[in-house]
Amino acid sequence: MNRHLISAGDLSLDDALLILDTADELAQMSERPVKKLPTLRGRTVVNLFYEDSTRTRISFEAAAKRLSADVINFSAKGSSVAKGESLKDTALTLEAMGADAVVIRHSASGAPHRLAGWVRGSVVNAGDGTHEHPTQALLDAFTMRRRLGRLDGIRVTIVGDILHSRVARSNVLLLNTLGAEVTLVAPPTLLPVAIGSWPCSVCYDLDAALPKADVVMMLRVQQERMNAAYFPSVREYSRRYGLDAARMALLPEHGIVMHPGPMNRGVEIAAEVADSTRSTIVEQVANGVSVRMAVLYLLLSGSPEAERGEQQ
Amino acid sequence: MMHAADKLGIPPAKAVLEADEIRRALTRIAHEILERTNGADDVVLLGIPTRGVPLARRLAERLAQVEGRPVPAGSLDITMYRDDLRLRPARALGHTEVPASGIDDKVVVLVDDVLYSGRTVRAALDALGDLGRPRAVQLAVLVDRGHRELPIRADYVGKNLPTSQREVVRVLVTEIDDQDAVLLGDSPVSREGS
Repeated sequence: MNRHLISAGDLSLDDALLILDTADELAQMSERPVKKLPTLRGRTVVNLFYEDSTRTRISFEAAAKRLSADVINFSAKGSSVAKGESLKDTALTLEAMGADAVVIRHSASGAPHRLAGWVRGSVVNAGDGTHEHPTQALLDAFTMRRRLGRLDGIRVTIVGDILHSRVARSNVLLLNTLGAEVTLVAPPTLLPVAIGSWPCSVCYDLDAALPKADVVMMLRVQQERMNAAYFPSVREYSRRYGLDAARMALLPEHGIVMHPGPMNRGVEIAAEVADSTRSTIVEQVANGVSVRMAVLYLLLSGSPEAERGEQQ
Repeated sequence: MMHAADKLGIPPAKAVLEADEIRRALTRIAHEILERTNGADDVVLLGIPTRGVPLARRLAERLAQVEGRPVPAGSLDITMYRDDLRLRPARALGHTEVPASGIDDKVVVLVDDVLYSGRTVRAALDALGDLGRPRAVQLAVLVDRGHRELPIRADYVGKNLPTSQREVVRVLVTEIDDQDAVLLGDSPVSREGS
């Protein structure tokens, strides 16, 4: 495995399966009396969050703490970033503090990639702009595998704001590696220009895509990124691309409904769908901790020197 | 035994235990467990992956045959508790499966193929502590090759095998390697040298 996790596309099939299998074992831990492993004792994980986030930050924090790592939380609000400190200077500060891993969320696509060039520790991308969010894709794949029993050959439909979605991009790349077929459904204005080069198919009609989908993943309408008129009205979007109970009935019997959160109930997903037994939304959060534990374990437990020694 | 050694990519190794001897050793250990634990009441066998797991299952079968009731067996992965994690690349985890009866107030018998430095057993004791509180913990190994680095000893030993630290002991089990044998050979390259 690479030293950093920046893009889901960097993971080989073996890497991805190793992370999912490791997460499977670690998921057992949540049922134990002592939910803690000594594995990363003495290691420091810094959560560097330049964007608001609840579940991802807490999930990484819980994962690191369950592995006995020391966690330092850093959020841009109320820090020297508010005084104008650059990402590089912040990185050098972290470096001086001896961070073994930096989990970064940033509004600029590519920030984790830059950071990786400045610090010695591992960099984990926890969402960068509209680029990628690889641990979300891993936990989504993990959830699908748990519910459906396999990933190879399953059909996944991702619906909504593909243009601004780092979740969609990471999922397309990872699911393609894992052998799943991905179909994107969105209004044409919410698809990236280069969509033709993505390893997936595209469809504009949700009702046509649902009957053959094993998984339907609804994306959040990111109102904070909606600085142009991408669709006429929220209501019209909801009518054409929202998942309500009637639409959910079009799914095959085993089909599941996913959402990376946070949800806009009544916009992209109806409340009754979000709360139904087919929805994996709460499971996704629990699985997130297991998957992030697996990622931190695999990135941090071995030493870089040993890694090189083994390859010779 | 040359073919087995070739398959493993290690230099010529000689078999120090054949399938029959392994079978007899396990039967003897099973009887010793029965004797020491008064009929294996409350005994839970936990194999340490990889090859401790099938050995634990075989011991459980023998105990069940003699006592006429099932004896729970499972597996205990110790990877996350190792003290050499920083010295090697990250490794894949083995499977931990604790029998439904749990381990609280039971007599846990840890089962491994080879006892060497004792560090694996130390890690297993730590892992057990996070799973519950057994009444007692005992250790059964197929081969004790000496060279302990920690104050640990086995309660049940299939064979004491005097070795030099340059040698490699490999246990093969049918469930994983398609044959039963214990092989002793020279180390291909010493670890420090690679």
